Amino acid sequence: MKALLVCEFREGKLLNSSYELLAFADRLGAEKAFLLVGNAAEAPKVDGKLYLAQVDSYGEYNPDQHKALVMAAVAKENPDYVIFLHSSYGWDLAPRVAVALKAGQVSEIVNLVDGKFEVSLCNGKLRRTVAPQAGPAVLTIQAGAFNFAGEPQGTPQVEAIEVASASGIEFLGYEQAEKGDVDLTKAEIIVSAGRGVGKKENVAIIANLAKAFGGELGASRPVVDAGWVEHSHQVGTTGQTVSPKLYVACGISGAIQHLAGMKKSDFIVAINKDKDAPIGEIADVLVVADVLQFAPVLAARLG
Amino acid sequence: MKILVCIKQIPDMESRFKVNGTGDWYDEADLAYRMNEYDEYGVEQAVQLKEQLGNDPDVTVLSIGSDRVGEALKKALAMGCDRAVHVQDADSGRKSPYQIASVIAAFAKDKGFDLIFTGMQSQDRGSAQVGVTVAELLGRTCATTLVDFACADGVVTGKRELEGGMKGVVKFALPALVTCQLGLNIPRYPTLPNIMKAKKKEFVVVPVAELLAAEPMTVTEKLYAPTKKGGGIVLEGDMADMADRLVGILKDKTAVLR
Ligand SMILES: Cc1cc2nc3c(=O)[nH]c(=O)nc-3n(C[C@H](O)[C@H](O)[C@H](O)COP(=O)(O)OP(=O)(O)OC[C@H]3O[C@@H](n4cnc5c(N)ncnc54)[C@H](O)[C@@H]3O)c2cc1C
Repeated sequence: MKALLVCEFREGKLLNSSYELLAFADRLGAEKAFLLVGNAAEAPKVDGKLYLAQVDSYGEYNPDQHKALVMAAVAKENPDYVIFLHSSYGWDLAPRVAVALKAGQVSEIVNLVDGKFEVSLCNGKLRRTVAPQAGPAVLTIQAGAFNFAGEPQGTPQVEAIEVASASGIEFLGYEQAEKGDVDLTKAEIIVSAGRGVGKKENVAIIANLAKAFGGELGASRPVVDAGWVEHSHQVGTTGQTVSPKLYVACGISGAIQHLAGMKKSDFIVAINKDKDAPIGEIADVLVVADVLQFAPVLAARLG
Repeated sequence: MKILVCIKQIPDMESRFKVNGTGDWYDEADLAYRMNEYDEYGVEQAVQLKEQLGNDPDVTVLSIGSDRVGEALKKALAMGCDRAVHVQDADSGRKSPYQIASVIAAFAKDKGFDLIFTGMQSQDRGSAQVGVTVAELLGRTCATTLVDFACADGVVTGKRELEGGMKGVVKFALPALVTCQLGLNIPRYPTLPNIMKAKKKEFVVVPVAELLAAEPMTVTEKLYAPTKKGGGIVLEGDMADMADRLVGILKDKTAVLR
């Protein structure tokens, strides 16, 4: 069994998450080949064949040409699996490759269960195993689900690849996340408001609780998207990754993208009216309650 | 200009899910349904573009599913889409993303849509495949995960959301397909007059058999609830009592309360 692992490169650097592909391929027991659109100085430290396309020619985001490059490597390797991270790069590119290959795609694999691909659905409330049809398959793996232990080491056998193909998209550059008024990564206590707080006016109730704890206010994404709280307070994959001594999640369901930003907290309290909310899976204490009623009672008890 | 918006109706994620009799999907009965959140941004963006271009674009909204998806389509009409296409399929939940995409592509292929909107993923399956696959099947330019969208003179400028809140700015010409990320805009609530107006809009029903030819490419083998890790303490009951117990636990187990 052979796997082609598509590494990621951003702002001139190999992304470390690329090694998660390696950890997954090892779990699969697959022979590995790699593809990177990057440069030799930033080649992954791995053993095996590395197909290297120059980022200066193809750019960091250029899905039409990157697809063609993956297909060129596929033609040489004939892999059973082409594997990406389930990331803004991977979920964008993987289906393009799947269609070109006439292959099935399994998205955001969280685990291997008796050799089968397990994925999560309905916000983590259910799991399923998915089987691709016979022939090559395209897989994306959940970020953080397959950890690479230790220091990467190895020397790839580099083969340059090139393609001649057009691109429909022009990449104009990056825009950095806005810097706001808080640095949550330094906070010892974070009390976060989720969509369960219902409306903008109610955020004050959670902010009061944060104050009673002597902590900072955090937020889940919908609260930020709705403009109730600034982006610098957002916890999760597209916000901050935090690990305070205490994290209190108020009216937050516990989507994977939120958990990824706070699951390393020392102690987690969730306040949720849904006893089955996925946040309960990682909470040290789950308070089953309407947070709008409970937060003031708790704040009074603390203050 | 012709625009297509693809929407899915999904169960409320706060529901209690049960595994169905055949063990390969969830039981669709007794659930509350709503429009997939990611798709609401697509509907809103299409309607905003229509308003911006002096009402010129003609906006079709399409959904695949059983009779109940009519509700989601009616909401999209009330938000401002011009016509709805309901691809009737009582078993759409178990169709693979590839099959769903191929049905949409079969519908769209000879209709000359300049712009297609889909959500970046659905809230229930979250496979993030359908939009890109539709674009590839149609041979279209496609940009995913947009949190910012502007279109003028047949050229789209958009911002893709990347990890950590960083964005990538992209530019491309129509025809194209874009997939919408949370926060792209603020979807409007349908007003009562618009809900009434929506009742008179064109509503077409197409049996899925007329559009479906593709093999699934992937199948769900087994569906189940994750094994509970447990371990956490669950507090229920009286508010003051729970607050006391929680403070006790925090004093006991953490160093943050003195
Ligand atoms: C690529 C990508 C990146 C993302 N990045 C992030 C990110 O960085 N951060 C992030 O948070 N999300 C992110 N998301 C979104 C994520 O998938 C979820 O949609 C989001 O985390 C849900 O936020 P929530 O838990 O506040 O809302 P919901 O999922 O709507 O949950 C609300 C919860 O509140 C509870 N509730 C309702 N009313 C009350 C009440 N009165 N009292 C108590 N509980 C109540 C409900 O039971 C429910 O559990 C991302 C998604 C994608 C696709």
